[in-house]
Amino acid sequence: MKLDNIYQEEKKSNFAKVSEIIITMASRPSGFIGLSILIFHVILAFISPYIAPYDFKAINPTLMLQAPSAEYWFGTDDLGRDVFTRTILGGRTALTITFFGSLIALLWGGLLGIFCGLVGGKTDDIVMRIVDAFLSIPWILAMLLIVSLLGTSTEVLIPALGFFYGKGIVRVARAATHDVIAKDFIVSARARGHSNFSIIWFEIIPNVRDAILVEGAMRWSWMLLGFSSLSFLGFGVSPPTPDWGLMISNARGLMSFAYWSVIAPIVGLSSLIIGINLTADAFAKALGIDRSTKAPV
Amino acid sequence: MTEIIQKVKNLSIGFKSKKGEEILILRNISTNIKKGETVGIVGESGSGKSTLALAMMGYVKHGLYTIGGECEFNSSNLLKMKNRDLEKIRGRKIAMIPQNAGQALTPNLKIGYQIDEALQLHSDLKEEEREKKISELLNKVRLPSPETIALRYPHELSGGQQQRVAVAMALAGTPDLLLLDEPTTGLDVTTQAHVLELLNFIAKDTGTSMVYVSHDLGAIAQVSDRIIVMYSGEIVLEGPSRDILKKPIHPYTYGLLKSIPKLSLAGLPQSMPGSQPQPGTMYRGCSFFDRCDFSEEKCKNNSPKLEYLEDLNTSVRCFNYKSLVNDSQVNQTVNKIKTSLQDKEILSLSEVSISYAKQKLLDQVLNRISDDNPTVKDININIKKGETIALVGESGSGKSTILKSIAGLLRTKGGIIKFDQNRNLSSDLKERDPNDLRIIQLIFQNPDESLNPNHTVEEIIAQPLKLYFGLKSDELKKNIIDLLQKVRLGEFYMSRYPRQLSGGEKQRVAVARAFAAKPDIILCDEVTSALDVSVQAAVLNLLQQLKEDFGTTYIFVSHDLAVVRAISDRVAVLYQGRLCEVGPSKDVYQFPSHPYTEVLLGAVLEPDPDIKPKLVAEDIVEEKPPQKGCSFQGRCSRILGDICKSEVPPWQITNSGNSIRCHIPLKELQKDQIN
Repeated sequence: MKLDNIYQEEKKSNFAKVSEIIITMASRPSGFIGLSILIFHVILAFISPYIAPYDFKAINPTLMLQAPSAEYWFGTDDLGRDVFTRTILGGRTALTITFFGSLIALLWGGLLGIFCGLVGGKTDDIVMRIVDAFLSIPWILAMLLIVSLLGTSTEVLIPALGFFYGKGIVRVARAATHDVIAKDFIVSARARGHSNFSIIWFEIIPNVRDAILVEGAMRWSWMLLGFSSLSFLGFGVSPPTPDWGLMISNARGLMSFAYWSVIAPIVGLSSLIIGINLTADAFAKALGIDRSTKAPV
Repeated sequence: MTEIIQKVKNLSIGFKSKKGEEILILRNISTNIKKGETVGIVGESGSGKSTLALAMMGYVKHGLYTIGGECEFNSSNLLKMKNRDLEKIRGRKIAMIPQNAGQALTPNLKIGYQIDEALQLHSDLKEEEREKKISELLNKVRLPSPETIALRYPHELSGGQQQRVAVAMALAGTPDLLLLDEPTTGLDVTTQAHVLELLNFIAKDTGTSMVYVSHDLGAIAQVSDRIIVMYSGEIVLEGPSRDILKKPIHPYTYGLLKSIPKLSLAGLPQSMPGSQPQPGTMYRGCSFFDRCDFSEEKCKNNSPKLEYLEDLNTSVRCFNYKSLVNDSQVNQTVNKIKTSLQDKEILSLSEVSISYAKQKLLDQVLNRISDDNPTVKDININIKKGETIALVGESGSGKSTILKSIAGLLRTKGGIIKFDQNRNLSSDLKERDPNDLRIIQLIFQNPDESLNPNHTVEEIIAQPLKLYFGLKSDELKKNIIDLLQKVRLGEFYMSRYPRQLSGGEKQRVAVARAFAAKPDIILCDEVTSALDVSVQAAVLNLLQQLKEDFGTTYIFVSHDLAVVRAISDRVAVLYQGRLCEVGPSKDVYQFPSHPYTEVLLGAVLEPDPDIKPKLVAEDIVEEKPPQKGCSFQGRCSRILGDICKSEVPPWQITNSGNSIRCHIPLKELQKDQIN
């Protein structure tokens, strides 16, 4: 048959699929910018300890609040520490904690959402009401409570953030599942007698994976902002570890005469968030989930 | 010579592929629409028929662009006009009736308001005049009591009524040209016949030219004066409707007409091999070459030109049309179906009733279903091994509901489903053991939905094999290849995804998956209605072949009486979830019939301008089955009186073993119906 010639698209390896998606993402200007910023931050987080020009905790009263110069690129803070050093190191903790936090959020939020979407009925009702109840609690208050009870160690922060940011994913995953389970291939799998587990694993996850991943990427940037807020309030990273939220909090009183010490961490934090957002957007477009790119008719 | 109102000249429309190639959807189309004429454009999905119709109102879908040519209306090229100028033409001069009126009407505005809006835009009438015009329009499309309809919302109307409203809205601007894009495709058979009849009336009454786009030759035959047959973005045949349907001189049309099942012929029609080439794959030669029975060496490399034959007033795109000119009466031959009926009963339904009613709390607690007027009631059918039984009826007749309960997807309210005379099957999946699940398999209407888009063909067919037989690695692969060969697909399909297959191929994969379980019974839910006509026959033939090989029993649900006639041994006619008539298919298709069967048979559209549908009853849609009496009392034209409204009719058995549930004595019924 003639058709054979054009449909040469064979089953691709996962690596080939991922690289194709990344290439599609980078082919859009916004995606390229987002990816570049994100990759820049990730690389910086890895190499910053080795390239930092000064010791981040070296206090030097004689160098207090120096304006940017050739020696101290971003100036110094109120304790005479180098702002450049602290800025390039300041994203490490935030990036690590929120990355793992998002993974946990994706995992529990995604799986619970899919399960609820599939079984429906009373189980679904009860679980969703509990999720709604949690959604109504201001997360920052709950986080403060958890942190003050259990401390600010990474082992507490990652699951706590993961829990609070996963609630929203439950809803998204459930909605995506509802779209899929109405399809006949799910009915067919049910009629054959497959278990719920195998229906979720083989039939549903491949079809909702993309939507959940995009949602997870968005949550990552929100979580970053949330984590920095915690630091800002003094409940995230403990000093003297450099952290953007903490740095902004320390330097905010000095903004009128030493703006550099607050601008550098703000630029660091906001550029990372913008980078992640743009990447998530481009990711959605590359997967074809974003409807705004589709034809109106 | 009559005035030409739309002139399409050398029109080509296409899109740029990812690789930057120009891919043509329409290739060099030229045709004229004359005043007062109804032109039918017929073709399979992907033949470019809708794109052509849209171009006729100056619209090119997003992503597509005009490559060359023009659509001339009132001596101006619509495709080059500015939107502002087009607004003055669309609605006023050219109007469109969409396929799904339910989606085309705004759900939160009243019907009257929406028609008023159209009138404001497309006419210069004053407010009082508009009000009068609204009732006039609704009257014209034969909607009962226009005043009340105007105050309703779209969801309060039935599909047929919605379509009528869409027609009324299109007529609001008194257009010169009406474009209809599959206007009856989603409707029930009887409604479809009524809407077509209305369109015919309007064409005559207003003198509007119509362009009727459809895949259904039966519908086209009823309305068109002239037919354009499209294939792969080209016009392959164009001429007077009667000549094209009676003496098609293009091999594609010839094959198409042969592959449509007809009411008058029992047995399976011949199928056309292959499928339409995808856009962008044809580089040279005739696009129909690989499916053609008349093809020669030169067809492979040279594209035939559209040739106008003056004596026949027909244009044809074929080198060998001459061999069809002399002898092209469509002599349909059918492959008689072999019945492999055994005496053993394989499935019996007794007193089955199913309810969709929402359960009260008390009933939920007691885990029972209470509903004195369930959706489906009194279903008694015994199905023999190796039989093909068809459940027919319009939407809402409960045919798919019954299928779901047999599959264990929907709990019944009462009654017993028995397998193999002695094993009770629960209607709840969880209470069935794996073997009970294996023996009954389903094939769905739309293969796009029934195959997981993220699985390869191999993974799809492997599922039942792994689940029921625990096959692994080599043995699994061998079985998959075996099954693919049985459904006439090659081994190389294993690594493909459903999106890389054509509609017919997808449905074959779905068939292979059903047969992988080695089932005794296969439930077919409208399996051919989403397929193109030329592919439909092939799938039916395949199902029949597989049945002969494996001795499977089919329960076949369809709204298409001609398809049912072709494949089934026995037919059960359902109305509002109650059985009306059950019998061997040759007898159901003969009189005497239940009045409802008579309505259904009368409404079947055949691709023959001489066979007009008989409209016996009104196409009202009933929401709920009646509490008492005969289920068909609301629409029956032969209603006797109070007895039909109070007593459930008895089963009457004809000489040939056909059971009819009606109060009218059989002899009278037969006498009335034959006249």
